[in-house]
Amino acid sequence: MALHSTFAVKENVLVVRLAGELDHHEAEQLRMEWKKVMYEHDVKHVVLNLEAMDFMDSSGLGVVLGRYKEVLQLGGEMVVCSISPPIRRLFEMSGLFKIVRLEENEQFALETLGVAS
Amino acid sequence: MKNEMTVTFSSVSENESFARVTVAAFVSKLDPTMDELTEIKTVVSEAVTNCIIHAYNNEPYHEVTITCAIMDGEVELTIKDNGTGIEDIDEARQPLYTSKPELERSGMGFTIIENFMDTVEVISNPGQGTTVHMTKQLTNAKTVCSS
Repeated sequence: MALHSTFAVKENVLVVRLAGELDHHEAEQLRMEWKKVMYEHDVKHVVLNLEAMDFMDSSGLGVVLGRYKEVLQLGGEMVVCSISPPIRRLFEMSGLFKIVRLEENEQFALETLGVAS
Repeated sequence: MKNEMTVTFSSVSENESFARVTVAAFVSKLDPTMDELTEIKTVVSEAVTNCIIHAYNNEPYHEVTITCAIMDGEVELTIKDNGTGIEDIDEARQPLYTSKPELERSGMGFTIIENFMDTVEVISNPGQGTTVHMTKQLTNAKTVCSS
């Protein structure tokens, strides 16, 4: 299954929703789209919603890490939500939770960044 | 009885999903848990990605060969390329190490493979390709064996 990504801007937060499988093959396209959206909109923070993500490997971690660095440059924060146990393990293994905050769902994540529902 | 399959495919990134789905389908005869199946798929994805990006430098006209054998609840997986080879295997296996930082790689490939498999052996020499040989005992099968 391919990767489907949707982007939504809520105040100064970019919400990235990923569905399907994110591997090396899909990573390049996602990286380009994600970078473009961040460049075109005046956003500071990113909420990464992985609710519909079926598969991710280290290539996906690379894309997340790359965007984290950009968010850091903007003085913002990256929050990941609705993560499945297997992908959570990958994040834990690579130490990503030391720099990326985890929230239960998109609503909570947005609230912690000051976006009213 | 040992049951074995071999598949060889071109070194193009769209075959990464083909590779992991193929191995998962073969291994599913052993009735793995969902977690185990995800782990095996992730490992295949990591190793095949290494072949494509590192061994073959994204050149599409090479071959990657996967051999998978199942016996007594154990999965034996060999992923082989004839690419550039690894100069320093210990360095390549370090967490967060990447030889291609410009590509925004996480450097976690081998670490994930080592975490998800029971044994991992890397045989490689510069210019002579790389073979990654791995085994994993599945829990379901273990229970059957010990009862």
